[in-house]
Amino acid sequence: MKLSDKLAILADAAKYDASCSSSGGQKRDSLKTGGIGSNEGMGICHAYAPDGRCISLLKILLTNFCIYDCAYCINRRTSNVQRARFTVAEVVQLTMDFYRRNYIEGLFLSSGIIQSSDYTMEMLVQVARSLRVEHRFGGYIHLKTIPDASPELLAEAGRWADRLSINVEMPTEGGLKALAPEKDLRDIRRAMGRLRLGIEEAKSDKKAPRFAPAGQSTQMIVGADASSDRDVLSSSTNLYANYNLKRVYYSAFSPIPDASKALPLRPPPLVREHRLYQADWLMRFYGFNVEEIAPANDSGMLDLDVDPKMAWALRHRGQFPVDLNHAPKEMLLRVPGLGVRTVQRLIGMRAHRKLRYTDLVKLRVPMRKVAPFVATIDHRPRGDSESSALRHLDASLHDPVPRQADLFGH
Amino acid sequence: MRVVVLHDGNDLAEWRTHARALLADGLLPSDVQWQVGEIAGLLPADASPADDKPAVKTGTVPREFLSLADTVLAHADARRHAVLYRLLWRMTHGERHVLGIASDDDVAWCEQAAKAVRRDMHKMKAFVRFREVKQLEGSVFIAWFEPSHAILSRVAPFFVRRFAGMHWSILTPARSVHWDGQTLTFGAGAQKGDAPNEDALEALWLTYFANVFNPARLKVQAMKNEMPVRYWKNLPEAVLIPGLIRDATARMDAMVQSAPTTPKKHIPAPVERIAMSLPDGSIDALRRQAQQCRACPLWEPATQTVFGEGRDDARVMVIGEQPGDQEDLAGRPFVGPAGQLFDRALAQAGIARDALYITNTVKHFKFEPRGKRRLHARANAQEQAACRPWLLAEIERVAPKAIVCLGAMAAQAIFGRSFRLLEQRGQWIDLDDGTRAFATVHPSYLLRLPDERARHEATAHFVRDLSMLCEVMT
Repeated sequence: MKLSDKLAILADAAKYDASCSSSGGQKRDSLKTGGIGSNEGMGICHAYAPDGRCISLLKILLTNFCIYDCAYCINRRTSNVQRARFTVAEVVQLTMDFYRRNYIEGLFLSSGIIQSSDYTMEMLVQVARSLRVEHRFGGYIHLKTIPDASPELLAEAGRWADRLSINVEMPTEGGLKALAPEKDLRDIRRAMGRLRLGIEEAKSDKKAPRFAPAGQSTQMIVGADASSDRDVLSSSTNLYANYNLKRVYYSAFSPIPDASKALPLRPPPLVREHRLYQADWLMRFYGFNVEEIAPANDSGMLDLDVDPKMAWALRHRGQFPVDLNHAPKEMLLRVPGLGVRTVQRLIGMRAHRKLRYTDLVKLRVPMRKVAPFVATIDHRPRGDSESSALRHLDASLHDPVPRQADLFGH
Repeated sequence: MRVVVLHDGNDLAEWRTHARALLADGLLPSDVQWQVGEIAGLLPADASPADDKPAVKTGTVPREFLSLADTVLAHADARRHAVLYRLLWRMTHGERHVLGIASDDDVAWCEQAAKAVRRDMHKMKAFVRFREVKQLEGSVFIAWFEPSHAILSRVAPFFVRRFAGMHWSILTPARSVHWDGQTLTFGAGAQKGDAPNEDALEALWLTYFANVFNPARLKVQAMKNEMPVRYWKNLPEAVLIPGLIRDATARMDAMVQSAPTTPKKHIPAPVERIAMSLPDGSIDALRRQAQQCRACPLWEPATQTVFGEGRDDARVMVIGEQPGDQEDLAGRPFVGPAGQLFDRALAQAGIARDALYITNTVKHFKFEPRGKRRLHARANAQEQAACRPWLLAEIERVAPKAIVCLGAMAAQAIFGRSFRLLEQRGQWIDLDDGTRAFATVHPSYLLRLPDERARHEATAHFVRDLSMLCEVMT
């Protein structure tokens, strides 16, 4: 098979993994080594595909042969997809060639499971080792980790890679059992626990060997089973706290060629994935928790029409308007339309003088969204702004395809 | 009105020299006109700034302003010099903190300009595409790029750090930059035709771009926001975009409508892992079975059951309370901070850890998530009761000569609820089955003592208690 045919198959096979991050980790450059490759801590998106996803890393599978039968996966063993397999040398060469032309930040390598977990993991480690040792490659490497691979292989993977990740795949254990019968959530969690211990050990002891300095991440598929948004976000809360993940990626279940009967016919609306990312952001940077975002007494689903912060504000009208001149930072962060940077600026300005309505205009905040929820020395929202109007407003403010805010890199 | 002619409109040092001189002369911002380049007739009088004049003390400006000015000067807008001078004037004439007023017109203008420059720099790092030119002495990689602002010298060091081991050139309309593996040199501007127009490897890159695209999630505007159309003319992959968009809906519909198929080729299923056998009397069988335990709700948020470990014929069994954060991750008891303290105490008492069997009363970590941390929570009576069969089974299988309970939870599990740890610690008690047991404090209690002296004394007491085990170890 020609290299370009393999690339077509194995890029297509890898694209359902949403992770594209190339940020974090150890700073390094090629001046000392005379090789190529650098990592400056902030990821760079070198291109975007018309699906709106960033292309930062060469994201491919080593092979799409797989002995597992996960219903949502295009590469499951009962799928009729065309199969291919790269050699270790081919992946290394492709990575170097793409990197030299500044197409990519590095490599994100994953694989179907062939023969055994250790055999497959050993192949992934070989690619990373060859890039780092033989080619003095200083770019980013993200390796997908196989949960039950041996600890020695995991340790070596962590030595060469910037990031390691294991996908939890489904928000609940039941969902995983139903759709990925050979995977075991307990194996996955044990492996994530080992990764966190390895990462922290390497961080705390300067003499310890390098271990995945950019941390670990995971992905959950949304909409392939009956899990609610509350299930999804509860699961994320647990994963962030237990394993100190850098990111949880949400991937709206997407129809695949040659789909399994176990799957829903239609994909969930893409906006659901977007709302989950917004909610995840609110939990990590805005001080919200799951109970506030997806209350237990509800259907457990986020409102698709308005963003989760607006939805919370509409459920708590009594806490508004927020006095911009006196409210604490935590409350400013809860105002719909005010982001972390704007809040920092407002607090900076408060030190020098009172805030007025025009200050908000000058800061270019979305006024129609913010104004009903705030008070300044010359502005108070008039009476009760009806909720229904605000709901429509929020929908009309967004471009038709909402995108994820990119405040902190990825 | 004074006219200032700058030789290099993007240079901070030059602008700063002029601005200082203007300030020293007390020239109002409205009385200054800024120009770039050599304009005939104006040069002689104003070209050399007032070096010879004594500097008038105008006060220092914050470092923050200089770094802002440095970035703003790279912007293409001709008003930049005047706006910066006006800001400088205001900062030195009673509005010292104006930079903190983000909504101020001048500040907002500069912030916007700086943001545009930073974005342009970021996009240059992303969208430069090198093409390889093979030469006798090795390959050179050449790129053509059209930045919106004067950013080449600011971004060039990034490319040096990244491609130190490569020879490369980046050509832009205003300037060019070259790296030969040793030194960075800047040269004159160029034209698109000066750069190579193809590279054999681009076909593979286009293959990748086309196949990594998922037609089931078309988000054209999201793509355009991050990869503005004006960059497309120099991005080889951009030629594919219209076709990918056009065919996406049809491809998606085909996927949704096609019926599930039956597999044509058979890939064998994985060999089942060694079947879970029922407990055959060994402690390993118990341990495997305990991994599946769901007798109380603690299993769900935890990583794993933390079962006991050590010799299955140990003479002494140590029973702690419940695993913590580190134990939950590692799947082993007593490996966190309290476990490390325990190890030190054992060593002082002259006892080898690997001669013991070490376990906990409750075998799952109980916690409250707080952002990226987990706060330890005490297992309640039901949870302790749910875990009791495992503890009793461990005692039965290991059949130790002696048991030591660390902490009240363990002590009450063995001696009953009426046991009082502080009154009865360090006293041997005979159990019904003939085993001898005593209790002492849990090492985490020692960690929590705030006063160093108290901690020292309590630790010594703890070691004395543990030393009681020496008589049964042999």
